[in-house]
Amino acid sequence: MAGSTGPVGGGGFFHRHPRVTPYLLLAPGALWLAVFFLVPLAFLGYQSLQSGIFPTFEFTWEFSNFSDAFTDYREQLLRSFLYAGIATVACLLLAYPLVYWIAFRAGPWRNLFLLFIVAPFFVTYLIRTLAWLNILADEGPVVGLLRGINVLDDDGRLLATTFAVVSGITYNFFPFMALPLYVSLEQIDGRLLEAAKDLYASPAQAFLRVTLPLSAPGIVAGTLLTFIPAAGDFINAELLGTPKQQMIGNVIQAKFLESLDYPTAASLSFVLVAAILVALLFYAKIVGTEKLTG
Amino acid sequence: MRTRLTRGELLRRGAAGTALLALPSLFVGCGGGSGDAGGGDELKTVLNFSNWPYYMDTKGKRHPTLDQFTAATGIKVNYFEDVNSNDEYFAKVQGPLSQGNGIGRDILVATDNSRFPILYVSQGWVRELDKELIPNISNLVDAQASPPFDPERTYSLPWLSGMTGIAWNEDLTGPVTSISQLLEDPKLKGKVTMLSEMGDSVGVVMADAGDDPSAATDDSFDRAIQKVQAAVDSGQIRRFTGNDYAQPLANGDLAACVAWSGDVASLVADNPKLKWAVPEKGGIIWTDNMLIPTGGSVATASTYMNFVYDPKIAAQIAVGTGYISSVKGVKEEAVKLDPDSASNVLIFPDDALLAQLSQNDPAMLGNEEYITKWQAVLGQ
Repeated sequence: MAGSTGPVGGGGFFHRHPRVTPYLLLAPGALWLAVFFLVPLAFLGYQSLQSGIFPTFEFTWEFSNFSDAFTDYREQLLRSFLYAGIATVACLLLAYPLVYWIAFRAGPWRNLFLLFIVAPFFVTYLIRTLAWLNILADEGPVVGLLRGINVLDDDGRLLATTFAVVSGITYNFFPFMALPLYVSLEQIDGRLLEAAKDLYASPAQAFLRVTLPLSAPGIVAGTLLTFIPAAGDFINAELLGTPKQQMIGNVIQAKFLESLDYPTAASLSFVLVAAILVALLFYAKIVGTEKLTG
Repeated sequence: MRTRLTRGELLRRGAAGTALLALPSLFVGCGGGSGDAGGGDELKTVLNFSNWPYYMDTKGKRHPTLDQFTAATGIKVNYFEDVNSNDEYFAKVQGPLSQGNGIGRDILVATDNSRFPILYVSQGWVRELDKELIPNISNLVDAQASPPFDPERTYSLPWLSGMTGIAWNEDLTGPVTSISQLLEDPKLKGKVTMLSEMGDSVGVVMADAGDDPSAATDDSFDRAIQKVQAAVDSGQIRRFTGNDYAQPLANGDLAACVAWSGDVASLVADNPKLKWAVPEKGGIIWTDNMLIPTGGSVATASTYMNFVYDPKIAAQIAVGTGYISSVKGVKEEAVKLDPDSASNVLIFPDDALLAQLSQNDPAMLGNEEYITKWQAVLGQ
């Protein structure tokens, strides 16, 4: 890049200062992070230590915002992790067999099936979730069928339940699990499985001792990509849930946009970030850090 | 642009001898009105207007009264239906307004059963009307002449008013006549929503308990909160909503809900099974107010306000939206336009109906502690 096509002077510069080049290449990304990540984060930190009521907030090192945020909204925080955890496991259990089949059995149709996984996500997040309002409606076809076969009572419902919220999260984050899994499964060398068979491994043993370990980086990447945004999600609980299913994202949204209680909202955001980091550290400890990086 | 000049003047004045310490208070006072009393700016060729959805007379994809305004004045209207909740709209615009910047709008609306009209005015984020350009202000009904947040109507004029009451779907339930029935009748369990706006929901529950929503006390507020919380805990209340109760009510997910009069008036056209009534112990009446935010063109906005205070225009808007106009003589014009609508008490409430309605206590709406308690009921 710095060679023949660039301006002559530039090429000379990079040749004369080879050690500067990596930093210059790093600069746009670093600048981007500084402006759009660090500055807002610092401002959020500043805001989280303010006190007062809108519109007169003052910076008072109000550390009690953090303890209050944790004690007042512990329920929603725990619920967020529970829902995100269930949804992540559900995504994994649903996605693994599906992408396994696509990677090993779909042959020339692979890309078509991958497109099927991704296609619904060409529609915006909000519209997809709103669609579930109609699909799961009390007088809609799904509830009608479930009532017909007595899975649901006559006045039973799917909308505005924990089931609807967790299902919504599972659905909305499914590709974030499926695509990394596909990549890791697709890279597995088929000869390794043949070798396992030659060494008298049963299909189950071959799966457990060859396929599963080799797809571990995909599982780890998929669970992280699913769990982290799911824990902060608020759209599913807002549209598919009731006040009893509100997650921490709903609280933060309401504090910022409805109560105009910026310090609490900011401290809650930090509590969420910290909680996710702690969960990640535990996860890394259990699965081993080398798997986090593939 | 205009604001920057004002700030510049203030800075010069500050430097010229006013104590520097007084500057912050001058800033607060600046937009507050002393700076730019009426007039002063030029009429523009475009009016930018932020309003709620379904809040303007509509024919196909056009809004006839906006077209008439353009025909009469040559001013084009960019009409934005971007107010979906008082809270969220305020949260969106308060950043630029607090910096003294405009928000690309000449008129916005805010409802008086929220704390926001008070905040816009007290923060100095709205500009004074140019009443010389609004001779039709004489058509403002007396009841609306002096609201608590703007006693002289210096900054605001009513857009439309509406009522908060109970809507129900006749296919699923008989008449739901009281808030107690809505919150406790086991037949409605899980098929009820309330509005997430505190004023609407707490107001009707207070009235139901025999308390006065226009003079809230800690006791009456807590009583109302407990009643709603109990209905949330029992699973009676399914959700808290904005305008989005309309669809589930029409398709049968909801049997009944707390709802706004005009919404139901327009929904009934397609769904004759939908009914709306003031709860037997009383409902809430509220008014949306037009305000000119910092950076908006006073002359252009005032010209528009004058236009909609012509009873002929106001009648088209009231009949077209199903909400209540604050313009004198509007009923007489509505009779010529559409006799059926003119006899609809939801659009032209009679004295008997008005006697059943209260306005929310402004002190309740702005009380931070109450807001926190209400958010907790919403699960937030």
